[in-house]
Amino acid sequence: MTIATDPPKESFRLSMLINDTRYRSYTFQAIALLALIVFFSILGNNLAQNLAAAGLNISYEFLGDPAGYDINQQPIPYDSQSTHMRASIVGALNTLIVAFLACVTATIFGVIAGVLRLSNNWIISKLMSIYVEIFRNIPVLIWLIIIFTITANVFAPIAEFRLPRDGSDPERTLIFGMMAFTNQGVFIPKLTLGDSGAFVIYAFLASILGVFGYRGYARKKLFDEGKTIPVLLPSLAILIVPAVLMYFALGRPLGVDLPEMGRFRFEGGLQLRTSFIALWFALSIYTGAFIAENVRAGILAVSKGQSEAAAALGLRSGRIMNLVILPQALRVIIPPLISQYLNITKNSSLAIAVGYMDLTGTLGGITLNQTGRAIESVLLLMLFYLTFSLTISALMNVYNNSIKLKER
Amino acid sequence: MKKSVFLGALTVAGLSAGVAAAGTLDDVKARDMLNCGVTTGVPGFAEPDANGVWQGFDVAVCRAVAAAVLGDSTKVQFVPTTGKTRFTALASGEIDMLARNTTWTFSRDVDLKFEFVGINYYDGQGFMVPSALGVSSAKDLDGATVCIQTGTTTELNLADFFRANNISYEPVPIETGAEAVQQYLAGACDVYTTDASALAAQRANFEAPADHVLLPEIVSKEPLGPLVRHGDHEWGDVVRWTLNALITAEELGVTSVNAEELAGGTDNPEVNRLLGTEGTLGEMLGLDAEWAKRAVMTGGNYGEIFSTNIGEETPIGLARGLNAQWTEGGLLYSPPFR
Ligand SMILES: N[C@@H](CCC(=O)N[C@@H](CS)C(=O)NCC(=O)O)C(=O)O
Repeated sequence: MTIATDPPKESFRLSMLINDTRYRSYTFQAIALLALIVFFSILGNNLAQNLAAAGLNISYEFLGDPAGYDINQQPIPYDSQSTHMRASIVGALNTLIVAFLACVTATIFGVIAGVLRLSNNWIISKLMSIYVEIFRNIPVLIWLIIIFTITANVFAPIAEFRLPRDGSDPERTLIFGMMAFTNQGVFIPKLTLGDSGAFVIYAFLASILGVFGYRGYARKKLFDEGKTIPVLLPSLAILIVPAVLMYFALGRPLGVDLPEMGRFRFEGGLQLRTSFIALWFALSIYTGAFIAENVRAGILAVSKGQSEAAAALGLRSGRIMNLVILPQALRVIIPPLISQYLNITKNSSLAIAVGYMDLTGTLGGITLNQTGRAIESVLLLMLFYLTFSLTISALMNVYNNSIKLKER
Repeated sequence: MKKSVFLGALTVAGLSAGVAAAGTLDDVKARDMLNCGVTTGVPGFAEPDANGVWQGFDVAVCRAVAAAVLGDSTKVQFVPTTGKTRFTALASGEIDMLARNTTWTFSRDVDLKFEFVGINYYDGQGFMVPSALGVSSAKDLDGATVCIQTGTTTELNLADFFRANNISYEPVPIETGAEAVQQYLAGACDVYTTDASALAAQRANFEAPADHVLLPEIVSKEPLGPLVRHGDHEWGDVVRWTLNALITAEELGVTSVNAEELAGGTDNPEVNRLLGTEGTLGEMLGLDAEWAKRAVMTGGNYGEIFSTNIGEETPIGLARGLNAQWTEGGLLYSPPFR
């Protein structure tokens, strides 16, 4: 028979805070917390004092004042009389544009390089290792400047496209009558929307959803009834036919606007500026090298038994990759991919090195400089980037949850 | 007791941070070195020579201040700044003064809280284009691509000019003057615009300066001058009167060559007050009597500085124009030394 007795109640003594392992960690954490609070209050106090001494105050009123400067790439209408707030939004959109495009292309580069690096072909796998090692180990800023210098010097000077004043033919003309690669950027045709043009776009977007719906239906049919129905052709039809019908029904509201040489440069069409191309390409190729490593690691993480088992079931190697290896590899690839996407978004702030007017260039650059509102601008800049990053993380986490191993 | 010591330390830390804004003159003397912000390199205005020694029209102002305050024109630490970094560098105390072809504007003076101590170059914004472009007026530039330095008055004037004339342009924003020149020469932009003096200075360095023309329009007023932080009046006075001393010296005919001799005493009382043989002007500034003499003997008076660095005998070849003495029909007019 055992009688459980309470351990003798110890009275708490102050020295136990240091000597007793049960309390010691709390003591140290409390001290660290206190030190941190003191440190930040000194900083804050110092800032407030210095600002007061310099006669400055924190105020965001400048955001409503006219910006006074022009921005070359304008996703939304903007002119020098627009407010600093609008200039910041233009910058933010430019950041998002280049970050989004770079994420897409970096993923493509990364997946291709990652898969090929595991290729049995010695030359291909070595070439891919060289790509990965060269791009991963040289800072992206340097790549950015190299690529910018190359694009600015490889493409023909725009002067060669101009109509000479003596009436002779220009040295160069548009490729296929619609594209020009110049040292001021690449000029391509632009899609123009007529009055009802937006409906064609909506129809197309709806079709994309329709395709997903159809594929879901096909899968359900396969799982529930064991029937396979054709997927590829109907998907294509769903994708294209409604938009085409809409296009003709509405009297062809879509057009293309071709670049045409003006006095100095091409007018009309779409100009992809050298700064934009350099930034986009540099971010993609640099981050692609990291993604390639993630992809390779993801594929290697799937045990060899999986592909052997799939092969034993008679699957062809392409299907083994698509149906067995990649779905499992994705679980390993996605989490580091999120941080690569975040890196792209943050690294896009190097834009100013080539004069791409992103958020750092407008709000954190010219606005900050012309108004002198450094603290306000930088705080706002942090808020923008934080929002971007958290949103990307959140979206990617949703995707990650949808593909992760579902334990039943 | 411990607690009160700690709180005391906190207050001291907080207070001393506030006080650091004033007392630049004492700081400079204690450091025995003047931190002077200049450009990252504009020929004739501020550029290191082959031996790495900074030379130029703006540099001369820094050297004159160092000579006046520290008695040695080489005791200057030059800090290269871009259009974007210059104001932060000055406001944060990284530099004691900025002499970097900076335009005196209302908002920089009042809102950014700086003190322009004077004007050492009356300028205006101009445009440069390759002659091959066949443009003869800035109003013909509709649709052109223009290289501009960010964080300058240049980009604001440019926007205003094109807007006022109802024409459009494609801005290419660039950090430093050197990069702008490189891009302009590579044809990445058709037009380069900045202060007319800087255009002339940079064109002088081109391989074929004659292939580029300055358009006749001057679209703004750009009074360029040295500046210090707002609120430190003693230091502001030292820099202001050093600049005035250089200008007055030219007006009174005091040069680097004859200053020593004139300091022996003349029958012009203003020369005597300037050179410290009469009155106590130096003392009032917190300096010694010979401060202005040393400033003038460093690189010469304003006229000498102008002609050795950017004048008509140099490749840059700027005429005095508005920057002549008021007695010669220009705008240079220093308040009297009295
Ligand atoms: N005066 C104008 C423009 C000053 C400016 O940045 N000038 C150019 C002319 S090239 C310069 O000094 N650049 C040299 C550099 O970037 O370091 C201002 O104060 O905003």
